[in-house]
Amino acid sequence: MQRTIALLVATLVLAAGCGGGNVGPGGGAVKLNDGKLVIAVINDQSGVYADLSGKNAVEAVKMAVEDFKAKYGENSLGGPVEVITADHQNKPDVASAKAQEFYERNAADLILDVPTSSAALGIAKVALDQKKLYINVTAATTDLTGASCNKYTFHYAYDTYMLAQGTGITVTQQGGKSWYIIYPNYAFGQDMEKSFRQAVIGAGGNVIQSDGSPFPNTTGDFSSLLLKAGQLKPQVLGAMQAGGDLVNVVKQYNEFKLKDQNIKLAIGLLFDTDITALGQDAFAGTLYTTPWLWSMDDQSRQFADKFLKRTGIRPTFAHAGNYSAAWQYMEAVRRGGTDDADAVVKQLEGYKFNDFFIRNGVVRADDHWVMHDALIAQVKPKSEAKEQFDYSKVVGTLSAEKASRPLADGGCKMPK
Amino acid sequence: MEYVALQLFNGLANGSFYALLSLGLAVIFGVLRVVNFAHGAFYMLGAFGAYLLLQDFSVGFWPALAIAPLAIGVAAMGLERLLIRRLYGLDPLYNFLLTFGLTLIIQDGMRLRFGLQGQPYPAPAELGGSLSLGPVGYPVYRLFVIVFSLAVCVLVWYLIERTRVGMVVRASTERPELTRALGINVDRWVTPVFGFGVALAALGGVLAAPMRNVSPLMGSELIIFTFAVVVIGGMGSIVGAVVAGFLVGILASLAAVFDPALENVLAFALMAVVLLVRPAGLFGSVDRT
Repeated sequence: MQRTIALLVATLVLAAGCGGGNVGPGGGAVKLNDGKLVIAVINDQSGVYADLSGKNAVEAVKMAVEDFKAKYGENSLGGPVEVITADHQNKPDVASAKAQEFYERNAADLILDVPTSSAALGIAKVALDQKKLYINVTAATTDLTGASCNKYTFHYAYDTYMLAQGTGITVTQQGGKSWYIIYPNYAFGQDMEKSFRQAVIGAGGNVIQSDGSPFPNTTGDFSSLLLKAGQLKPQVLGAMQAGGDLVNVVKQYNEFKLKDQNIKLAIGLLFDTDITALGQDAFAGTLYTTPWLWSMDDQSRQFADKFLKRTGIRPTFAHAGNYSAAWQYMEAVRRGGTDDADAVVKQLEGYKFNDFFIRNGVVRADDHWVMHDALIAQVKPKSEAKEQFDYSKVVGTLSAEKASRPLADGGCKMPK
Repeated sequence: MEYVALQLFNGLANGSFYALLSLGLAVIFGVLRVVNFAHGAFYMLGAFGAYLLLQDFSVGFWPALAIAPLAIGVAAMGLERLLIRRLYGLDPLYNFLLTFGLTLIIQDGMRLRFGLQGQPYPAPAELGGSLSLGPVGYPVYRLFVIVFSLAVCVLVWYLIERTRVGMVVRASTERPELTRALGINVDRWVTPVFGFGVALAALGGVLAAPMRNVSPLMGSELIIFTFAVVVIGGMGSIVGAVVAGFLVGILASLAAVFDPALENVLAFALMAVVLLVRPAGLFGSVDRT
């Protein structure tokens, strides 16, 4: 009997939600265009970036959906929320085709994550064509909010400018004046090189030389570049490689004993998964910039505990960023009372917020960069770790203002 | 100039891996006429073998150098008995596909268990230092890799060219019917030869563990390169495999002096040229293949 009543009530609520008259914005019930909300996660699930985001990023988004429903009620978004996913294999053409398919055939309302800058830029174009939302979390290129910016694309977690401002300037100010930069030769690496060069020179240092390494690097060998570093004798070797490539660079940097020749290693982009791969002590003392650390405070720890229970690892900032971005998107849909892309864009632009991942966040309306604080972190030696995955400590904060590229430098002309 | 000279050592170190891997491929192809696509996967298993021995049994680098290749070689012999053997009578393409499938299974199985990011493995303490060669230090471990692989290559060459076992193996490769007619059991040698070739790949894997990212994908990245080396050297030619391995390593490293991007391209450019000029490879003879 009780079940029948519950069912009846549920049906009534559903009827009210879907067809029951027009409820104004913010008025509680949400009206969805096609009766459901579809969030698509497109990322690398088989290659070099699969561990730092990959399948566990999909889990993070699912967690966000579950938690959102637990907080606001099962039908708070006016219908079911689906999470779909695809592996883009770090190939821009695959990424774009998948995005097209998801927007058109699967009625995706939002695409999330998308590491690999070249693939990320491809999807930005598709989002504009389809007039559907795209919040990028794991790609780093500043072009997403610069030359390639558009009305439907948001850049959420970090970019090369933020990394360079944090690591480039801090290391230079600590006395690492002359740099030799090596970077993977594709959109991400080239952008990193540019951002770091600017930051280092701006802080009074100089870049002796920079060299691109092939991407993907099939031989896994970086010895020729490291040998060159030994010859050039810079104070700092700036390694802009990411994921598996970075692990190879650091392993061989240690092998060539460049540290003993007073060549310091500065790493552009470091994920916890890289530290797992090499062992904490191989990185000990390294300074790096990150938007988030799982151990930074209680709020973050809470999320990290839940994530650990579900996946067996502590979240990288990419995992946390996907959770947070999915959450803020659902909040925007709820506030606006619709999943209509233009209405959600309006809700997001200029929005100020804080959550466990984003501190002092503002969605900059002019270029859709999500301004927020960044952290300067340092890898601890293993002897200081209190538990597994306790890799780093926070040594400084970069304010949202300083971590964000000035609007004028980006050259974003938002197409109408 | 010193930089170029030191690049030579890098080339030799990289070439050591190409030589060990293509040597195994050549031995297997010579006797079994099987293009073993799973070779890269066995190389990866060798590296993981070293890692697991250290992690779970606290067995260090030196014992691992013997244990891992032996264990993986024996397992490969089982695989030959169980699967590969069944396809000898058919087009070589079938075994190529079979070993390709095995690669995917092994690789994804490891991925499921270990993830993609890789596992830490330190160089043995005795070889951790660096030797001062001119202005920069050169890792002792790399020098060891060069010397060790050269020694292995010479040993294998001696085994095949100068011993009775090698003679039988060579005979069964070149004229299997005639060898059989002389009362020699050719089939007896097929399984151990496969195991031996695979063990060489695993040995390469153990050697690579201290200097490369130990990840399930490390083999698939290298195997394509190795195939290019085998084609350059001549399919099934032992000397060709070794010479081409070191040659490609050195040339690729020297090319990297001019432009780092060339390092990846060179082997394939070289392969194209060799195929045009000498289709059987540098050391291959047309009638054997």
